[in-house]
Amino acid sequence: MIKFTDVYKIYQMGDTAVHALDGVSFEISDGEFVAIVGQSGSGKSTAMNIIGCLDVPTSGTYELAGVDVSTMDDDQQAVIRNKMLGFIFQQYNLIPTLNVLENVELPLLYGGMPASERRSRAMKALDMVGLSSKYRNRPNQLSGGQQQRVSIARALAGNPGVILADEPTGALDSRTGREVLSFLQQLNAAGHTIVLITHDNSIAVRAQRIIRLQDGRIIYDGDAHDPRAVVQPTESGAEEPAGFGEEDEA
Amino acid sequence: MSFSQSFRLAVKSLATSKMRALLTMLGIIIGVAAVIIIISLGDGMNDMINSEFEKMGTNLLQVQIMGRGTAQNIGEEEMYALEDENPDCIAAMSPSVSSVATVKQGSETLSTTLTGVGEEYIAVKSLELSQGRFIQYIDTARMQDVCVIGSYVNEESFNGAGLGETLSINGNEYTIVGVLAEQADNTSYGGDNSVYIPYTNATRLNGNAVISQYLFTATSEDTNARAKAVIESRLEQFYGDDDYYMVISMSEMMDMMGNIQGTVMTVLVAIAAISLLVGGIGIMNIMLVSVTERTREIGIRKSLGAKGKDIRRQFIIEAGTTSVLGGIIGIVLGVSLAAVAGNIVGITAKASLSAILISTGVSLAVGVIFGYLPANKAAKLNPIDALRYE
Ligand SMILES: Nc1ncnc2c1ncn2[C@@H]1O[C@H](COP(=O)(O)OP(=O)(O)OP(=O)(O)O)[C@@H](O)[C@H]1O
Ligand SMILES: [Mg+2]
Repeated sequence: MIKFTDVYKIYQMGDTAVHALDGVSFEISDGEFVAIVGQSGSGKSTAMNIIGCLDVPTSGTYELAGVDVSTMDDDQQAVIRNKMLGFIFQQYNLIPTLNVLENVELPLLYGGMPASERRSRAMKALDMVGLSSKYRNRPNQLSGGQQQRVSIARALAGNPGVILADEPTGALDSRTGREVLSFLQQLNAAGHTIVLITHDNSIAVRAQRIIRLQDGRIIYDGDAHDPRAVVQPTESGAEEPAGFGEEDEA
Repeated sequence: MSFSQSFRLAVKSLATSKMRALLTMLGIIIGVAAVIIIISLGDGMNDMINSEFEKMGTNLLQVQIMGRGTAQNIGEEEMYALEDENPDCIAAMSPSVSSVATVKQGSETLSTTLTGVGEEYIAVKSLELSQGRFIQYIDTARMQDVCVIGSYVNEESFNGAGLGETLSINGNEYTIVGVLAEQADNTSYGGDNSVYIPYTNATRLNGNAVISQYLFTATSEDTNARAKAVIESRLEQFYGDDDYYMVISMSEMMDMMGNIQGTVMTVLVAIAAISLLVGGIGIMNIMLVSVTERTREIGIRKSLGAKGKDIRRQFIIEAGTTSVLGGIIGIVLGVSLAAVAGNIVGITAKASLSAILISTGVSLAVGVIFGYLPANKAAKLNPIDALRYE
């Protein structure tokens, strides 16, 4: 369970304070598939970095599985990231000098798993994304979609409860994007909690629940199929209507 | 993450940029090679000097009489008396008179060393006869015209059949009564190119000048110092001033040479070690660059659960591996260059195991110490800042 209670993230830029998160509270239960949406700069990545223990809130508390992680030290947070969280980034973030298998093995390596078990687990994860035949390739020998699948394999190799995906389809064409999304749905069906960040409504509606951010505040939190989830409130008017995502036009 | 995994990662990351790795190692390579060359040649030289001293005899004491002009000088009788009075520490004694004379065999002039000696000279210098006899007491007492020749003279001038033949020394015919065994490769510049005559004859050839050199041998290594003291006190008693004589002990000389050489080597090694320091700074520099270049990689690793200590270890092992590899290349280079240089100057270079082990250890230490700062910088990076780094 992920629980934000009145979370603020404030960046001090000279004498102006940027409220990237401005008093955000929500709860995500185990096994949910949540999309966090909002305009550029609305605070989505900031929220996800905090969920992912990569960053800490300025104030407020963040509890993961009932433990307040915002007060943990660096090493404890590293263990949480290793055991409980899996990341999928927009830029894939594979290590270019390691081959596909070694990349997928990394979280297991830092988890202290013995080599033979590590290898078989990593191969199994690669199998799931259909890339076990390319295990010896370097990331730069793969297409963007394949690289993203490797990063999915890496995220699920350690079998973490929560998978965090920040714009995972952002750099992909719509067909590969849908493929990635269907992997996320499969993982969700297998019991993983999925937090997906996107500013593309057509992708967001594939989740069960949508949390919409604007200027660091939650302006909608509820069922993904509720029309209000995708329709921009009239006073803002800056966001595109439902289903109109630039990536989706290809 | 285990050590062997970190090590494999380090080797991999070195292998991806071989040229840079080699340049990074250069300081260490040069430093270690220089240290190895200096130590190997130094040890080789030390061995050579020691064996030269041993050839001369470590129990040898050389007395040099500078004299005091026209006044009375100490004579050989006093020196012989000294030997007789101190049988516990002095084993043998002989005057040694280098003479200036023309030595001829038939009409041919020999260029050789002519030395006037007493009957104990053969014992003092540990020479060996191959034929005949050495100069004897009777020869010196009666100033007989007899001589003993070195093996080179025997071979070169008499085709090996010199015994019983004659040599002309300043116009006097000297009968060859003995031939010495070969002692130094039978060359014209070694001890084998020599002619020995009774010292009494030699002093006469020199116009009855004062005998300026006496050679003593102590009974053993332990009595060396006592023999020296006895001789010095006799000379002091005679002259009352140590400006007129000098007593040199070969074992003291050997120690002194050893000390000088040790000091010189320490200084040279210290200078070479500066290169190791520079090499360490080079490693630190490249590691800092590498940490900056790999900031994003560090962020990715941290996002996957790497702790600060995992990252630190990765970079320290990388730095250590770089410098140990440099050290090994340096050792190989140093040993081969020392062998080549030793060949050229005629010293047997001797790369000691301890020098090699210490060099390896020092290069590892250099890498780890200078790698620590960059590694720590990497370990302390905030995951989100590192991930965002472009
Ligand atoms: N390190 C930082 N220093 C200062 N301001 C920051 C920093 N990181 C984020 N911000 C600010 O916080 C706000 C929220 O940023 P965030 O990255 O969460 O947006 P986002 O919703 O992910 O946008 P996008 O869809 O473009 O990725 C922005 O105004 C941004 O400028
Ligand atoms: Mg973002």
